[in-house]
Amino acid sequence: MREIVILSGKGGTGKTSVAGSLALVAGKTAVIADCDVDAADLHLILKPERVKEEDFYSGYIAEIDFQKCSNCGRCLEVCRFGAVQKKKDQYYIDPVKCEGCGYCSYICPRGSIGMSEQKVGKLYHSHIRTGSLMIHASLGIGADNSGKLVARVKKDAQTTAEQNGYKYIIVDGSPGIGCPVISSLSGADFVLLITEPTRSALHDLKRVWELSQRFHLPAGCIINKADLNAEIRAEIEVFLQRNKILHLASLPYDNDFQRAITEGVSLVEYNSSKWSSCFQAIWQELSQTKEN
Amino acid sequence: MKIAIASGKGGTGKTTLAVNLASYAAQRAKVLLADLDVEEPNSGIFIAGHLLTEKTIFSMVPVWQQENCLMCGRCTKLCRFNALLQLGEKIIVMPQLCHSCYACSELCPASALPMEGKPLGILRHLKSRDLDFIESKLFIGIEQAVPLISQTLEYMSGNLSDHELELWDSPPGTSCPVITVTNAADFVLLVTEPTPFGLYDLNLTVETMEQLGKPFAVIVNRLGIGNDEVFKYCSKRNISVWTTFPDKRYIAELYSRGELIYPEVPEFRQSLDTILTNLDKIREQL
Repeated sequence: MREIVILSGKGGTGKTSVAGSLALVAGKTAVIADCDVDAADLHLILKPERVKEEDFYSGYIAEIDFQKCSNCGRCLEVCRFGAVQKKKDQYYIDPVKCEGCGYCSYICPRGSIGMSEQKVGKLYHSHIRTGSLMIHASLGIGADNSGKLVARVKKDAQTTAEQNGYKYIIVDGSPGIGCPVISSLSGADFVLLITEPTRSALHDLKRVWELSQRFHLPAGCIINKADLNAEIRAEIEVFLQRNKILHLASLPYDNDFQRAITEGVSLVEYNSSKWSSCFQAIWQELSQTKEN
Repeated sequence: MKIAIASGKGGTGKTTLAVNLASYAAQRAKVLLADLDVEEPNSGIFIAGHLLTEKTIFSMVPVWQQENCLMCGRCTKLCRFNALLQLGEKIIVMPQLCHSCYACSELCPASALPMEGKPLGILRHLKSRDLDFIESKLFIGIEQAVPLISQTLEYMSGNLSDHELELWDSPPGTSCPVITVTNAADFVLLVTEPTPFGLYDLNLTVETMEQLGKPFAVIVNRLGIGNDEVFKYCSKRNISVWTTFPDKRYIAELYSRGELIYPEVPEFRQSLDTILTNLDKIREQL
């Protein structure tokens, strides 16, 4: 089983559009995992039908029992996150600032601070129209711990793939290089980088690629909107060559990306004659890349 | 007045708006631009300036002192992030899991876990004519962006508090990094695009702002693509859309080269004027 993680560093370069089209081309050989749990959009293309749904709990938040509290203020003294506040002689916890470390709860002389486990989101197993399965999630409003939810989505995708004999997992990742991205790289076999010839995207590509090297992952790249800037495109190509990153394709600056999204379909469905052969070729090359 | 520029979806134009609005507003007022998208900061590509300060930002993590340790195991039981592990007669610290709460260090009966700094990233302060520019960049491999963002906010409130307008380029998403930024701002500008992706993520961000009790307005970028659902959504929820920016290839080309848009595109400048006029009204209300 091979896990292919789609990343870009910069947002809006086309990760989800590529993931959607690859899902269609890969059909019943690949389980799809949406690991951009913060702002998940792949379901808007793949229209999954949920077959299983589960609440996801992770992390804790402190809560003061006002009946027991003696107003000694020890909790305020030890909290490093500014989460303990005082209003009208009563201490209380700001749940947005609380990190759930439990220090206040531990030192409270009256035992009046409890720690409650947080429901941070929902996890779904779904059917998609390719006949395959999709594992996805939604992070609760203002919830923390997206890295742990990403890890859970991946774990479920791996189990699903193993149980049903799928050869591949296609993972749509988050922008950035922080905890959800690190979580999505862990245990992956290949990283597919989506970039565009802009100064910003190239800067971000270099950072996310360097991060992926910490995991010793082979990488491939799709240059989207490739005709937007010839000079930066050439710079990207040099960067790919120098670092032995497989240049899988260059896609044009084309409003079909937005039109397909607006119709809620993948590019290969929106205009099959224009996009199918291109994504089939990408998938063929991707699925033949050697094991790490 | 501190304005966070945010969006759920990445690539909707946060940085484009932040750098252009900051540079344009700095012609008339004292402006601070801060790039708080510390994982992938891009504002610095558009803003040239000379470096005033550069400093490494640290988070504090415990370091095990074997000679003091009683092997009582209290620290490993205390830590809710599993950042401390007892292996035989050793305590292993995993700094990437540590949240710097100090509980293990301060509650250790033998002072065997003093806190030491772990480098998180670099904060730079640049000056470009009338514009102060702060950029923080997370070191590659560091998981938590929030401590770097929080310390950058502290640096600004401690050293740079005399600006009429502060514009904070925020991280994408809806979780901890963007909440840290927007929660410290007076007002939030949400940049979206008129597509189902833009709308879906805008809705998540709107609900987050409502939960935080933050006042906000919407800016629609790339007008011309997609459909009018974003406008219907905003009018249904009584959310004010301050202005729009057009979807034009030559704007994308200027952006690609790392150039500012408003000096070249008059209609872009008009939209910036609308935003500044609205911000003046907000300032009176605050």
